[in-house]
Amino acid sequence: MNKQINQKAWLFVLPVFILVAFNALIPLMTVVNYSVQETFGDNVFFWSGLLWFQEVLTSERFQNALIRQLIFTFSILAIEIPLGVAIALTMPRKGPWVPVCLVLMALPLLIPWNVVGAMWNIFALPDIGLLGYTLNALGFDYNFTSQPGDAWFTLILMDVWHWTSLVVLLAYAGLVSIPDAFYQAAKIDGAGSWAIFRHIQLPKMKRVLTIAVLLRFMDSFMIYTEVSVLTGGGPGNSTTLLSIDLVKIALGQFDLGPAAAMSLIYFLIILLLSWVFYTVMMRNEDQ
Amino acid sequence: MALELKQIEKVVGRDVHIHPTDLVLEPGSFNILLGTTLAGKTTLMQLMAGLDRPTGGSVHFNGADVTGKRVQDRNVSMVYQQFINYPNFSVFENIASPLRVAKLPETEIKRRVGEIAELLKLSAMLDRKPSELSGGQQQRTAMARALVKDSDLVLLDEPLANLDFKLREELREELPKLFGDRDCVVVYATTEPTEALLLGGYTATMHEGRVTQFGPTGAIYRNPKDVISARVFSEPPINTAWVVKEGDRVALGNVAAWPAPDVLAGKPDGRYQIGLRPHHVLPLRADAADVPVAGEVLVTELSGSESVVHFKVGNETWVSLAHGIHAFDVGETAELFADMRHAFYFAPDGGLLAA
Repeated sequence: MNKQINQKAWLFVLPVFILVAFNALIPLMTVVNYSVQETFGDNVFFWSGLLWFQEVLTSERFQNALIRQLIFTFSILAIEIPLGVAIALTMPRKGPWVPVCLVLMALPLLIPWNVVGAMWNIFALPDIGLLGYTLNALGFDYNFTSQPGDAWFTLILMDVWHWTSLVVLLAYAGLVSIPDAFYQAAKIDGAGSWAIFRHIQLPKMKRVLTIAVLLRFMDSFMIYTEVSVLTGGGPGNSTTLLSIDLVKIALGQFDLGPAAAMSLIYFLIILLLSWVFYTVMMRNEDQ
Repeated sequence: MALELKQIEKVVGRDVHIHPTDLVLEPGSFNILLGTTLAGKTTLMQLMAGLDRPTGGSVHFNGADVTGKRVQDRNVSMVYQQFINYPNFSVFENIASPLRVAKLPETEIKRRVGEIAELLKLSAMLDRKPSELSGGQQQRTAMARALVKDSDLVLLDEPLANLDFKLREELREELPKLFGDRDCVVVYATTEPTEALLLGGYTATMHEGRVTQFGPTGAIYRNPKDVISARVFSEPPINTAWVVKEGDRVALGNVAAWPAPDVLAGKPDGRYQIGLRPHHVLPLRADAADVPVAGEVLVTELSGSESVVHFKVGNETWVSLAHGIHAFDVGETAELFADMRHAFYFAPDGGLLAA
């Protein structure tokens, strides 16, 4: 065998390799490393096998955080996706108002996450915040810093305010890509606006909506900054979502092993659910 | 069921999309709107259908004024250049959709969809989704949907433009047959003169928002009313030039001169326009009466059996279309032979001079 193997190609792959190694592989493997070991400080580690995984999965604290996380994510998906589509449908498709609407829509997306949290924290304060004060003045007993229900209400409202725009923009992009001829053809057929939505707009928006659901799912499942600034996980543990809990364990209690195991479980849940979403939504596409 | 347009007009802002136009389309007729992109074909169709409101004039159907009537109340169907089908319906449901809106009984729907699917060779794919069909099948589905509901007016807006050559030929043959025994008015828009000739029926040549001429397709081709209509209805484009008549001679600059034809007899000396179709300008002399025309060769396109030579005549670019292979070098001065007995002579204002 005289075939010469050209090794130069490695040079072209190497930069990507290094980049991926530093931004994904090495940090991930460090976490894996922590998750199977026990340490008492001084950089001394002992093998602990799957102990931390067992501990995390069976702990009530993790299960509660996971349930809160699922409730939060599915609530905001249930609100933001239909609301985003509805807003996109009412936006003009041509004319001078298009850029105005697009900029207005994009505005919340441009605000840094911790600023959003701070804004809503002040906005919702019962004594001086516009929202909190108004609600109390209207006779509601509203205080998001002491009542779990109010905290959840504020949290979801903040997320809807911050992120519905993303769904709107994606849905809008799907809508404007539908040629006029489709609407005309439907009009000629005598189809009503519900039929047009159900049989033309929705199927044509399917791909962008899949992307919207995936993005919103992943982002909301990983949400940290805004919640941390708004409620810090409280009152009590009522808004302690997975990421908040994780930070408490890792940085608050410095339990590196359980925190690492939890990170991996957290990561696998997101991966699994994203796959489920994608498969379900694209089910009919490849037949 | 005749469709009549009376002084119909469409103005958007300062742009005149359709100049006031009169047109009468007879029931059972196949009518072609022929013109380049932006000639106003689609706009005119939308006015006919009621998808767009005219800014002036009126649309009449069987004598009744339907100008303000909504398209859904008019019994119209339309097929577009893009393949327009409901993406999540099967082919059967797509074809059945107008009948479902009309609330026909299920057995009647089955019968009619079956019939039309048979006619358009879709019977084997009634269960499929449009995305699983080829382009030709998707367009046939759209046509089936247009045909299934017995419309009074069927509009086909460049339906074959997005199909490949072979399918285009196939469907083009089928089309006039499909409408053969129906008494609806069919309107077919195309940019291709050849397509118009192959489809037959009646043709309206369109240019910049005006119908320049309307009549039986063959007659329009043989007797263009003016320079513009002749240009619209020629592929490759008709060769035109300004000529000067002096006594009994006609001269094209200092390129060529020939005896004045009968149509110019008795007309005053001066400038006229001529139009000569590319297949009447040949690389070889076919007849002693042919007029030699010399010019610089700009482009030659050779297909298997035909040669197309673009060359410069005075200030104009002329095209010669001949059978066989006639190779010229770009830049060389070639002598071609124009059969001026087939030339159209137009008055300075563009109108055809009749014999």
